[in-house]
Amino acid sequence: MPLTPATALLAIVIMALVTFTTRIGGSIIMSRIPIGPKVERFINAMAGSVLVAVIVPLAAQGDWGARLGLLATLGAMLILHKPLVAIAAGMATAALWRLLS
Amino acid sequence: MSAKLDAKGTLWGFKRMAPLSLFVVAFGLAFGVAAIQHGLSSWETLLMSSLVFAGTAQFAALELWGPTIPLTALIATTFAINARHLLMGASLYPWLRHLPSGQRYACLGMMSDSNWAMAAADHQRGETNVGVLFGGGIALWLSWVLGTLLGVAFGSGISQPERFGLDVIMGCFLLSMLVGGKNKPSLTMLLPWGVAGVAALLALYYLPPNAHVIVGALAGGLAGMLLPQANQQKGQ
Repeated sequence: MPLTPATALLAIVIMALVTFTTRIGGSIIMSRIPIGPKVERFINAMAGSVLVAVIVPLAAQGDWGARLGLLATLGAMLILHKPLVAIAAGMATAALWRLLS
Repeated sequence: MSAKLDAKGTLWGFKRMAPLSLFVVAFGLAFGVAAIQHGLSSWETLLMSSLVFAGTAQFAALELWGPTIPLTALIATTFAINARHLLMGASLYPWLRHLPSGQRYACLGMMSDSNWAMAAADHQRGETNVGVLFGGGIALWLSWVLGTLLGVAFGSGISQPERFGLDVIMGCFLLSMLVGGKNKPSLTMLLPWGVAGVAALLALYYLPPNAHVIVGALAGGLAGMLLPQANQQKGQ
């Protein structure tokens, strides 16, 4: 679908509907059939996997600034567990690498 | 056990969530900057934050934003990232089923990770007022939209985003959510995540554009489903 103001609006509305469905869906499903452990494991693993599936190609196709930035974020998260600090570390690393290279 | 929603409880929930909301402003700012860098207009960015109100999915959507919008991939990505809401909503069902359905869906519509966590704790303690879910959600929504507005204002004035590392915000945000997510970084997740990463890379090189997100999410989800149940859950 080519990007126009109208299709962008449509895409945003669709995203909003999909998200709202997930918000109310769990309660609706639960009122009929309880969610089993297998489905729960699928959803839990999928939640992280979709992020991995976005991040890995970013690293594979990005420049070294982007790669080192991601690495800095990973390191900062593992040590400090503070997302905002980790994101700032990633940005600073990418900016610094590009400044020096 | 019952549940009720009133103005007093909503205000109380709003106040309890307010300190945390300051952080949400910062994340909203990061999203606003990143969205402008990825070619969304100011209005589109603000509209997305107001209507979707789900940071991780919004950041991931930026990855798909280009000269064309792959609608199937966008729907699948949004669903896969937000599918955790299904589990969160299901866990609150025993509490929220005591509410009239209009109030129940209003509360669930405002449900996000942090007000859900507070609500789940309230329910455990035997609290009957569900105001923390609704009022806390309002606090989070306001700060998310406010932060986005600040980011849009700030991000629009920058001409060379790479120089300041602004182009990596999206990837770094998603990575920090992955590592520090609600599911504690248990080592059992490394298998599905590894499967997802390999599948996504293969799809990136051998399948049509934008298939890699769906392929990775499904491959990782299936790998997770086939894993043996974690030890501490065996008793259930």
